[in-house]
Amino acid sequence: MLYVRTLICFLFLIFCAPAWAETPPNVLMVGMRLDDLATLDPAEVFEVSGGELVANLYDRLIDMVDGQPKGVLAESWKISADGRQFLFTLKKGMKFHSGKLVTAGDVAWSFERVIKLDRGAAPLLRQLGLTQQNVGLRARAEGDQTFVLDLADPLAPGLVLNILSSYAASVVDSRLGQQFEKNGDFASTWLRMHDGGSGPFKLMLWKPGQGLVLDRFANHHERRPTIERIALRHVAESSVQRLMLEKGDLDIARNLAPDDLERLERNTDVKLLRIPQGGLVYLGMNMKAPPLADPKVRRALKLLIDYDGIARNILKGSKTVHQTILADGFAGALKETPYRQNIEEAKRLLSEAGYGGRLALTLDVRNVSPSLDIASALAADFAKAGVRIDIVQMDNRQLLTRYRARAHMLTLAQWSPDYPDPHATIQGFAWNPDNSDDSPFRLLAWRNGWNIPELTGLVQSAKSERDGPKRAKLYEQVQRTALDGGPYAVMFQDMLVLAHRAGVHNLRPGLTFDSMRYADVTKDGLK
Amino acid sequence: MRSLLTLPLTLLALLACTFAFTKIAPIDPVLAVVGDRASEAARIQAREDLGLERPWPIQFLWHVERTVTGDLGLSTSTGHAVLDDLAQVFPATIELALAATLIGLVLGLPLGIIGAYWRGRWPDHLARLIALLGHSVPVFWLGLMALYLFYALLGWAPGPGRLNFYLEGLVPTVSGFILLDSLLAGRLDVAGDALAHLVLPALTLGLFSTALFARTSRALMLDALGQDFILTARAKGLSESAVVLRHALKSCAAPMVTTLALALGSLLEGSVLTETVFSWPGLGAYMTGALMAADMAAILGGTLLIGLVVSLLNLGADFLQRKLDPRTAS
Repeated sequence: MLYVRTLICFLFLIFCAPAWAETPPNVLMVGMRLDDLATLDPAEVFEVSGGELVANLYDRLIDMVDGQPKGVLAESWKISADGRQFLFTLKKGMKFHSGKLVTAGDVAWSFERVIKLDRGAAPLLRQLGLTQQNVGLRARAEGDQTFVLDLADPLAPGLVLNILSSYAASVVDSRLGQQFEKNGDFASTWLRMHDGGSGPFKLMLWKPGQGLVLDRFANHHERRPTIERIALRHVAESSVQRLMLEKGDLDIARNLAPDDLERLERNTDVKLLRIPQGGLVYLGMNMKAPPLADPKVRRALKLLIDYDGIARNILKGSKTVHQTILADGFAGALKETPYRQNIEEAKRLLSEAGYGGRLALTLDVRNVSPSLDIASALAADFAKAGVRIDIVQMDNRQLLTRYRARAHMLTLAQWSPDYPDPHATIQGFAWNPDNSDDSPFRLLAWRNGWNIPELTGLVQSAKSERDGPKRAKLYEQVQRTALDGGPYAVMFQDMLVLAHRAGVHNLRPGLTFDSMRYADVTKDGLK
Repeated sequence: MRSLLTLPLTLLALLACTFAFTKIAPIDPVLAVVGDRASEAARIQAREDLGLERPWPIQFLWHVERTVTGDLGLSTSTGHAVLDDLAQVFPATIELALAATLIGLVLGLPLGIIGAYWRGRWPDHLARLIALLGHSVPVFWLGLMALYLFYALLGWAPGPGRLNFYLEGLVPTVSGFILLDSLLAGRLDVAGDALAHLVLPALTLGLFSTALFARTSRALMLDALGQDFILTARAKGLSESAVVLRHALKSCAAPMVTTLALALGSLLEGSVLTETVFSWPGLGAYMTGALMAADMAAILGGTLLIGLVVSLLNLGADFLQRKLDPRTAS
């Protein structure tokens, strides 16, 4: 009898023990990889997690909602007839987290610090023709409520507004910045770890390698977020993220591997969200390597890839097949996918190029999943035409070091645009004003040795084209050229796939990595 | 005294080795500072700021000079000063290592004594079986199984981490030990949560130290129980508990102190797997992250700290052993 009672007690304990995992309804627990987060200074961020956090801590003049500009700090704006001057009128009574009022002087100071610091965000604002010498004159405050941006050359208005809606144009509290400035660093040292914004959330705590806690900014000028506290916790492993989400320890899991997503699809307590992103996965082919300078070899490699097979068997819905250099969702993006695996045709091309059955190449790849799995699949595909691939695994920074030095043959790489405009991507892939080894412009076309003076001119024209449809046509032309003969086998478009508890609502991420906003998110049980 | 003199040399050698390693690694450190899309001017400026244009020996001397003054540089993966990072992560590792050592002592010492006293009988077999398991079962496997069973399946234990993350920041940091800080702040809810999070990783790591203490204490006790002074104590008519605990155990104190120091040292430097499995934000997890991100300043700083602590623990063990057993002083 004693044993039976003991057994009953044991079973009771097992099945009725309270679950530990319960997040309070006013707290949003997010599990994600935060190991790339090194700074929260909007002038310095260049990594994915930093961009997203800055977007929630800082406001900008404008934001892009469904592709249309919407005023955030700006109440209205005017564009001069010649397209060279943008004049923004700020809303009144807006406050920073410090309690100080937001003025046009703060906007001008924020632009000046980005350009003069010349860190991660500077390339974005430099697109507007701002330099260390002219930023004070061209991006200036006229009174407390008016900010004026003078362009050196007329640019497509859409491009200007898209850049102004990016993290680079975040507005920083200038008086707080001046208070913490050291040796002319525009308070960069301080802002790396602190928050000087006016966004819907304010930084409460940042424990590097562990996570961050953001509290809502109750005095935000637009809206008071419904969630009181967001805890973003660094959880590196996809399986741990899934487990914590299933147990209710997390409300949102951000970096789930295809296998974990598959398992979660069967869980009714969890919902999956799939949003196309502007990022692309591509195979870079260095034309400095003699075999890859031959267009027939490059075309053959593009014809050897089993795009659908990799998407179906390895990526399982986490990315979609895409072959042009502009991601679907951007104005002018082509949806053409002319390359299908055709081994015989590839063999013929290789043979014509003089490499039939005796081509050996190295493939640089990041030592993480799914990059390694894709690389293995590519090696197997290439082997079908006698192309031997030696996979070289390395850390991301090592890969970038080799890529920037043009020391690779093939590289499996990823591209993410910084702002939601076609130029952000097109410039990366198809603009190379100087192909010499000591060029100061080392974007993707240069890294792969693609010498394209004409295409560079075309990209430059599209940047200035004020007629939207005409601009889109120019981008189509650039994409076709890259698709036919460019040193890239673009394979997949990124999808932001996140899983959240069924009680979490209003998550609306957009095309770029800094488009995830938590201000509108609600949770069941929240009063 | 000689040990004390060799300490700076040991640390210098450690610095030289890790510095050489960072120079051999085929990674451009500027990438971590300015990113992939920065202008060439920004990259050149960053190289100058980091001192990368100077010759290696000068860079090394510069590094040694800064280290001596307590400046371990900036971590490129966290953006914080390495010294601040270490001050944050090291208490978490000490907390875990101390809890595991305590578990090891409380379980391992009695097991060793029992095994030695009843040598060859079932309590001895049981003690040896536990010691064998503690030594042979991989700690990451044990941790994963513990998480699966007690967190995922039964829901008895909280998930990975040191604290439910939304409770972070509610308690002011005084010592860095979350249990202590939350008790000092009178936040029993936070203390309870921290204690609950400590149980599984401490037990997992504790099994390893239990095995170490059980094996060492058994061997020492077996040796002691066969000595003449034990025969004398029994001949004097002392109770068995007095013979074992007061005489035999006391003679084992000095070597046990060495074992304790070694165990603590190996737990401090070797808890990487446990910290990874349980997402425990300690030195092991920090160093692993730094290695994966090629964060040279963090790697150098962390290695130096581990070297310093292990050297100090060895020095402390030497000192205590001499105090407890004057014969070793000569």
